[in-house]
Amino acid sequence: MKFYSKEHEWVEITGGVATIGISSYAANELGDVTFVELPETGTQFEQGEAMLVVESVKAAEDVFAPVSGKVIEVNEELVDNPEIVNESPEEEGWFCRLEGADEAELDNLMVHEDYRQYIEEVLATNEEEGDEEDDDEG
Amino acid sequence: MGSMKLLDTPLKQAHLSLGARMVPFAGWNMPLHYGPGIIKEHRHTREGASLFDTCHMGEFRVFGTGAAALLDGLLARAVSDQAIGSCRYNFLLTEEGGVRDDLLVYRLGTEEFYLVVNAATRGADADWLQQKIHPAVSLSDESSRTAKLDLQGPRSAEILMGLGFGQERLPRYYQWCRIELIGEQILLSRTGYTGELGYEFYLPWEKATVLWEHLLKEEGVQAAGLGARDTLRLEMGFPLYGHELDIDTTPLEAGFDSLISGDHRSFVGSRCLERPPRKRLVGLLLQGRRAARRQDPVRTLDGRAVGKVTSGSYAPSLDRAVALAYIVGEKKPELGTALLVGGAAKPLEAVVTGLPFYGGGAAKGPGQGEADS
Repeated sequence: MKFYSKEHEWVEITGGVATIGISSYAANELGDVTFVELPETGTQFEQGEAMLVVESVKAAEDVFAPVSGKVIEVNEELVDNPEIVNESPEEEGWFCRLEGADEAELDNLMVHEDYRQYIEEVLATNEEEGDEEDDDEG
Repeated sequence: MGSMKLLDTPLKQAHLSLGARMVPFAGWNMPLHYGPGIIKEHRHTREGASLFDTCHMGEFRVFGTGAAALLDGLLARAVSDQAIGSCRYNFLLTEEGGVRDDLLVYRLGTEEFYLVVNAATRGADADWLQQKIHPAVSLSDESSRTAKLDLQGPRSAEILMGLGFGQERLPRYYQWCRIELIGEQILLSRTGYTGELGYEFYLPWEKATVLWEHLLKEEGVQAAGLGARDTLRLEMGFPLYGHELDIDTTPLEAGFDSLISGDHRSFVGSRCLERPPRKRLVGLLLQGRRAARRQDPVRTLDGRAVGKVTSGSYAPSLDRAVALAYIVGEKKPELGTALLVGGAAKPLEAVVTGLPFYGGGAAKGPGQGEADS
């Protein structure tokens, strides 16, 4: 079962190993992913810590560890084919796997239905406030 | 701009019905991309034909006795030696030679010109030109009633021929003509901002949707947004006002010395020709797909800060990242010079490269010759 963070990461823990990626919503917001800076195997991350960078044509975004743990595997497919993140963000487009995740940390995350509602609230707020200004002038 | 309400082009509903992602740009609500996304729209423009909404751009008509002589004194490149029927890339400068705007000048008649300016600078340009104009010359800001669409890509000419225009009826590179399409008189020029063979259409604001639908109906034509427009122009090394060009930058510094330094004229800003450039625009080819971004510092390999990135992105046609950057000093670094871009902790490796980054564009070809760029 997947759990989601407010920063739009997902995590799924099976057999003590946490698989991490970004949500379909986040991948769609980013647009065409052109580069993923994967973390080094063996690196320890705490929940909420910036763990990698995902770049699209227009922007570079930090991805935060939805749970704590040590990186034991990264998705090497993304090195040459970062577009997988757009094509299958919540399956094939996973970023890395962590060991030593504490399931108690999942309490800080949302189940799918709660996340879906959270997105709706985010969208409603954006609608009211208008989108952020672009600084381009041309 | 801040909280000012965004302006809509006449094509807003057309964009929304195509699933566009809309973003603010220069005070306008513009499509960043449609369903296919920036990379696919970029590739389609290089291989087929894409349609862009550029209604946000400004259009002025300057006319009356003495208009040519007046513009000669106000623009960095002469207009009086420009043939009627031609277009020319040009600049409005400050007294110091800083770029107020870059623009395209169409010579419509002996004393009649069409100036196509950037959206963000339109108001300031109009105010400044009005102050400089003398009573026999008029400036009419036609921006709010003029729609503009760009059809860009190697298949653009055959698409127009499919609509009944023989090759002899189509303008050649950097020329314009009037055509009748959708029952309207349309000003059509063979110009663009992508490096590809392509055309720009100027027509009444309220007819934009009809032309948009008419062109999109043609097989192989797809809509493309500002995102692709930006990666396409970046691959060509074309400047974007507010990035590579601004009031603190001269055209010489931006690399246009060959366009303006030759004819020893006097014009507003011509004193910049007497001064050595303080910085030079260079192309940077990065080692991988990871992009440098605007404002990223540029350093030498031994860590000396030498400049700043003005535009940077993944370049879809090259499958690697490229950037434009200003390097301080009078002389350009040699091609092949290795530099570091971005944060000191994890800089990206880059090499100074000639422009354009992408050499496969078909803007000037095939077989129609260069007229007057």
